Amino acid sequence: MRLFKELAFAATLSLASIFAIASGHAHEIKLGDIVISHPWSRPAPMASDVAAGFMKITNTGTADDRLVSATAAITGTVQLHDMKMEGDVMKMSEIPGGIVIPTGQTVELKPKSLHVMFMDLKRAPVEGEQFKGTLTFEKAGTVEIDYEVTAQAPEAH
Amino acid sequence: MLRFIRIASLVAAALLAAVTGYVYLTRGEAVVSVADIGGPFRLASANGGVVDSQDLAGKPFAVFFGFTRCPEVCPTTMAEMSAALTELGDQGKDLRVFFVTVDPERDTADFLKDYLSSFDPRIEALVPTADELAAMARAFRAFYAKSPTSDGGYTMDHTATVFLMDRQGKLASTISYGEEQATRMAKLRKLLGV
Ligand SMILES: [Cu+2]
Repeated sequence: MRLFKELAFAATLSLASIFAIASGHAHEIKLGDIVISHPWSRPAPMASDVAAGFMKITNTGTADDRLVSATAAITGTVQLHDMKMEGDVMKMSEIPGGIVIPTGQTVELKPKSLHVMFMDLKRAPVEGEQFKGTLTFEKAGTVEIDYEVTAQAPEAH
Repeated sequence: MLRFIRIASLVAAALLAAVTGYVYLTRGEAVVSVADIGGPFRLASANGGVVDSQDLAGKPFAVFFGFTRCPEVCPTTMAEMSAALTELGDQGKDLRVFFVTVDPERDTADFLKDYLSSFDPRIEALVPTADELAAMARAFRAFYAKSPTSDGGYTMDHTATVFLMDRQGKLASTISYGEEQATRMAKLRKLLGV
């Protein structure tokens, strides 16, 4: 039984990587000078009320920009958060004013760090599904994105 | 003069407390064996009834402080503990793992039960009152605090450690957030004596 589970898991992983390679470029979204790559979210436990969104955001322009807000189809309450470990304590806080994307740099939203926080979920993200969201930047404006729901952080590509 | 001594001793006590807390937070396990972590508790279980630490005598158990509206640390820790319990199989059949909510205001017994249904059935939620939570966190040197958000709500900061308690209800070791699976297994096996 355990062997079967491991095999199934391995199969899922390799399928996932084939999918990631095949759809690599579909996950890069351009909006003016801003490039967003591979938005993803983790499947939430049953009855969970929150989830987090991750991605890389690159600013190819000559001026700093700022991610000021976000929306998502799975909830009406979306915030921009930071998370850090202070010793053994997990601290999470909302970032007032949003996340600065400095010129020429890539900011990574990732586990244990900056993230888009989905609260009061209307429905939980389910493994293998996608859900829509928007990101609004101070200068670049608003863009629609699709979050891929996956338990494993997608490979960089 | 007396007043000065009183103030000075208060300051010294506060300093000592701060240093102890700091050393614990930064060194984690190094100081844990010295500190007397843990203590008796009697809390409502999300599965019904109460869990009394007296009834746990002779059996090792694990304690984690968390809340269901936690996007990462809590579900990851529960998923990792579930995987560990599965790997232990029968050797860990007597191991009880308690998820003590640090958000009893919003985490009702029913909600917690649904939440934990995604994980190993050996993980059981305990639902303290605000006072019970404060006492238990103090006994385990665990930290929790509300962090307000712009929508008028809040999220919780909290200790992300799993406390492993031995057959006498004393702290045997701790599992930190993000610890290697192999280390986690070794600690659990040592706790269980298998
Ligand atoms: Cu968050």
